[in-house]
Amino acid sequence: MIRLGVPSKGRLMQDCFDWFGARGVMMRRSGSDREYSGVVEGVEGVVPVLLSAGEIPRELAAGRIHLGVTGSDLVREQLAEDEVAEVAKLGFGKADLVIAVPNVWIDVETVDDLDAAAAAFRKVHGHRLRIATKYHRLVREFLQAQGVADYQLVDSQGATEGTVKNGTAECIADITSSGETLRANHLRILSDGLIHSSQAVLWASRMAEWSAEDRAAMEQLAQRLGVRSPF
Amino acid sequence: MTPKAAIRAEGERLLAAFVQAGAVPVEADILQPAGTLLDLYGEDIRARAYVTDDPVRGEMMLRPDFTVPVVQAHMAHGAEPARYAYLGEVFRKQARGSGRASEYLQVGYEVFDRAAPEVADAEVFALFRDLLAGLDLRPVTGDIGILMAAVRGLETSERRKAALLRHVWRPHRFKALLDRFAGRASVPAGRLALLERLKAGSPAQLIAEAGTFVGLRSAEEIATRAEALVADAETPPIRATEAALLYDLLSLEAPAAHALAHLRGITPMLPAIAPAVDRFAARLEALAARGVDVATLAFEASHGRTALEYYDGFVFSFLAEGMPPVASGGRYDALTAVLGAGAFIPAVGGVIRPGLVARLKGALA
Repeated sequence: MIRLGVPSKGRLMQDCFDWFGARGVMMRRSGSDREYSGVVEGVEGVVPVLLSAGEIPRELAAGRIHLGVTGSDLVREQLAEDEVAEVAKLGFGKADLVIAVPNVWIDVETVDDLDAAAAAFRKVHGHRLRIATKYHRLVREFLQAQGVADYQLVDSQGATEGTVKNGTAECIADITSSGETLRANHLRILSDGLIHSSQAVLWASRMAEWSAEDRAAMEQLAQRLGVRSPF
Repeated sequence: MTPKAAIRAEGERLLAAFVQAGAVPVEADILQPAGTLLDLYGEDIRARAYVTDDPVRGEMMLRPDFTVPVVQAHMAHGAEPARYAYLGEVFRKQARGSGRASEYLQVGYEVFDRAAPEVADAEVFALFRDLLAGLDLRPVTGDIGILMAAVRGLETSERRKAALLRHVWRPHRFKALLDRFAGRASVPAGRLALLERLKAGSPAQLIAEAGTFVGLRSAEEIATRAEALVADAETPPIRATEAALLYDLLSLEAPAAHALAHLRGITPMLPAIAPAVDRFAARLEALAARGVDVATLAFEASHGRTALEYYDGFVFSFLAEGMPPVASGGRYDALTAVLGAGAFIPAVGGVIRPGLVARLKGALA
């Protein structure tokens, strides 16, 4: 049986069910409202596993699910390139991981400016310029590739936009879709500060055991969904 | 796979040779305070070192190298001159599938000596060469001091020189800055727009117009940098001839004796590098005195620029096909000043990986 991890609640779950439904694969939660179990109709050999979207990368990496729907930001942050294969971009759950600085930093428009500001900041304040984020790996890789120095990442698992006002960071790297929360917190995105364009993606685990039956079922599913098979 | 006991025996052999050469054996803790290492290397080190949390001591790192603790110990209570040797595990995260070890032995030799730095450079290099003889390694040398002297000698603003010097170890950003300062790269549209706005009003006015003030970075700091941007826009580009010399220097790769002749040739046009070139010449003499053939020794002006950012003079590696550097080292005078709280002593040293030596010997046997 192919175990297909899908988000267990909210908008992401509904968008996911709609995407599969539009391709003739009906998915719904079964049992009571509070029970996390589901059924798939329209294709053989696939069982849905309802999971928190944030846990789907881990389950893919552990090979406990064969397929999973979750944001590319979470997968790129948490997994190595060769642990999963991208089967299809699903076109919803779109959001950008960006670097944003206080709007009053009139001297900082680009990553290059941020680097120079960080050097000056460290001289004045005696510590490196703090960037609040929960995407440590993506942000560090981005800044390293650009040759930025004199910054430090501080962990922020929520309300990241507020860290600047609260004095725990000088700027942030966070997910935004409309940019409204950033603006409300007096922050502005750097003109070249796009780290990752995220959206919901159907992933295949390279760590899971794919039996001959699973592979056959996957071929069928891929055909039905109109996507490339990961093999 | 070479068994651990054989690798340790190889390490002990090399350590004994370093002690024989006059070094005092020293130890260093495996758990190092993360703060010092992060301040030195920046966040990049997190991707490479293992960070762990101690409820009392805070963030700690599994020793990513010995240089920092050895320098700290020397600066705190070392006599001069001093030679140290050490043997122990270092820990580095590796990419999945790279096949590289994340825990391995390093054996090292460090010289703290004010007397004749070039002689000390040659002493370390020749010692390593002798210990690694017969392994068919390719030695490569470089000198970051020449590049730094060239930058310091540019006819441009101190601010631009400082920006270039800060990024000597990040070739990508260094080149981007040099391209901009030399007028080879166009000014980003956002920067032009900002300069226009700054012409129209004072920084203080623009900051006030930008809305609610948030964050620790003060209006004064913002205004200072805004004014610096205006001043920089008025600074003429680095002269094309001068920039060309610097680009040439970045890509200089030649046998050491040829490289010296080449550098002597360009010194009249970049007089600021003369002292660094003299030091290079003195080092080659010292190397030749120890039997190193400088007519064939490989020299690359950019060698060591992507290594940990503390080498600021002579750098060297001993390389074999298909494996990480078997040995590497260099001069790190500035690091002793950073860790010495005001004190300073010229220092040079290097490390050998006994695991790779043992593997090569196994392959040769």
